[in-house]
Amino acid sequence: MDLKELSRELLAKGDVQAVLGFRRGTGGRRRPAFIRRPEEAANLVFDAGCAQNLAGYLTRREVRRMGRVAVAAGPDTLRAILQLLAERQLKEEEILPLALDAQGQAEALPTAQAVEAHLALQAKAMPTADRELLDRLGAMDRAGRWAFWQDQFSRCMKCYACRNSCPMCYCGHCTMDCNRPQWVPEASHALGNLEYHLVRAMHLAGRCVTCGDCGRACPVGIPVHLLTFHGEEEVRRQFGQGAGTSARLDYALGTFRPDDKETFIR
Amino acid sequence: MAETRFLPQASLEPLFAALVRDGRRILAPTDRDGRAELNVVTSSGEVAWDGGPTILSAKSAAFPKVERLLSFTREGGQVALQDAEPAPAPTVLFALRPCEAGGFGALDAVFNWDTRDRFFNARMAALTVVGLSCVQADEACFCTSVGGGPGSTRGSDLLLTPEDGGFLAEIVTAKGEALAALAPELWQPAGGREKRVADLPAKFDQPALTARLKDLFENGLWAEQALRCLGCGACAFVCPTCVCFDLVEEGDARGGRRLRTWDSCAGPGFTRHASGHNPRETQGQRWRQRIYHKFATYPERFGMVGCVGCGKCTRACPVDMNLAEHLAAAAQA
Repeated sequence: MDLKELSRELLAKGDVQAVLGFRRGTGGRRRPAFIRRPEEAANLVFDAGCAQNLAGYLTRREVRRMGRVAVAAGPDTLRAILQLLAERQLKEEEILPLALDAQGQAEALPTAQAVEAHLALQAKAMPTADRELLDRLGAMDRAGRWAFWQDQFSRCMKCYACRNSCPMCYCGHCTMDCNRPQWVPEASHALGNLEYHLVRAMHLAGRCVTCGDCGRACPVGIPVHLLTFHGEEEVRRQFGQGAGTSARLDYALGTFRPDDKETFIR
Repeated sequence: MAETRFLPQASLEPLFAALVRDGRRILAPTDRDGRAELNVVTSSGEVAWDGGPTILSAKSAAFPKVERLLSFTREGGQVALQDAEPAPAPTVLFALRPCEAGGFGALDAVFNWDTRDRFFNARMAALTVVGLSCVQADEACFCTSVGGGPGSTRGSDLLLTPEDGGFLAEIVTAKGEALAALAPELWQPAGGREKRVADLPAKFDQPALTARLKDLFENGLWAEQALRCLGCGACAFVCPTCVCFDLVEEGDARGGRRLRTWDSCAGPGFTRHASGHNPRETQGQRWRQRIYHKFATYPERFGMVGCVGCGKCTRACPVDMNLAEHLAAAAQA
């Protein structure tokens, strides 16, 4: 069904109290929209410009307070929803994912199982430019990679747009904001920037749904998403499981199995 | 002062050479992977003359993202303090947009409000601003709504305006005059040339907005506007007038340093008290703080608007928090 029509209906019947989607913004940009009245559903759009992962809003207090929320979701938003369910940050009954196809037609997926089945049919491919740069970095020696990232991080100002745009960065009190004790330097100098990006990369390995929103959010264009893409790929390679594929997924780096391939841990 | 001359295109490169010869560091917009970015240049050929506005503002020339204020060492129970001495290189900000040039005034208001900040003042004293008028504006621009303009000389020591075959050059201050005097042969009389800049109609009535804000503090529109705000610091850090800073100390048992860093009102740590209480607990309250600081507090305390309408926050925002649009909505609320 057409997204606007479906959203209007869901709101009118009281099935959901809000629809989280996109509307027109500055110039040709698209921006998140929180639709709460049936007549506002006409403002919804869904097209190639709607790249942002909306799942991050679902764990916010202001959004939870609205009631049950339907979310206009492309594949990346659906993956993030599954991962949030797996990490017990969302409950199935609190949300209603509306899966969208390229034509803007929406299909309600009321259960995690339905989301999993829908996603199983969607191939996830990394954008070509990202694949090429990751491969290029992989082919470099350590000194080359170090020089690349040092140059990139020198432009970081620690605005945390990458962290705050990430649907998996839902901690109420981030270690980066902790100053008693000060684990990571607050200042955006070489050490502060390096430690922040390394912590973020490690924290998302095995949890990153590879939507790329962190990279899109960076005002100065640092390809920060490649750090978490790489960590995610590595976890997939080593542990055979990927984030955002199932609502019942144990965190690879925090789970023990008696048949672990490493002997030191058994 | 306020003399107008003509700088032919062919004079640009010799002018850059004269600046370099004089020992000046030149900061100008350059192209980096399709984004305009301020960088050190030595030749006019490196400058992205037709590039769009830079993502980051030029405020770091006077107010860097991290600055050491003092160091301390501890030995045998004795603590020794060493003040950091600002020693900025003589710098020319070349081809800076008039909005951004005007932004230094808002920084100055705070850094010279009660105490005179010697770090900021030392950097400003070493800085010469060569502005470049805008011949086009984009959707995010709104300088004309906040007292500026695409050809405003405010904050520039010398303002260039593109003309056929060169630039109209308005010499605004003694610093601008000194810069022109480095190579007097490069400048010609202005003749009858006319200054032509972008046409940018105002998007809201700022005095009316400031008056309206008196009654909007408890209005629900701030929370509504801020629903999609991610709470990151991109807007504050790209802003030429955002002046809030944090003081942090780093070190170990032997010594350390006190640093001044940029701060942002968008984050949950902003104005959090030692008790844990924060008077700006929600994103809506923090968004309101951003608006009120610039459009209510600044006019009240300093007699100026704390925003130059450059639109950098709007362009940098990952979720398209368009400042002019939200201000216009507030003015009509």
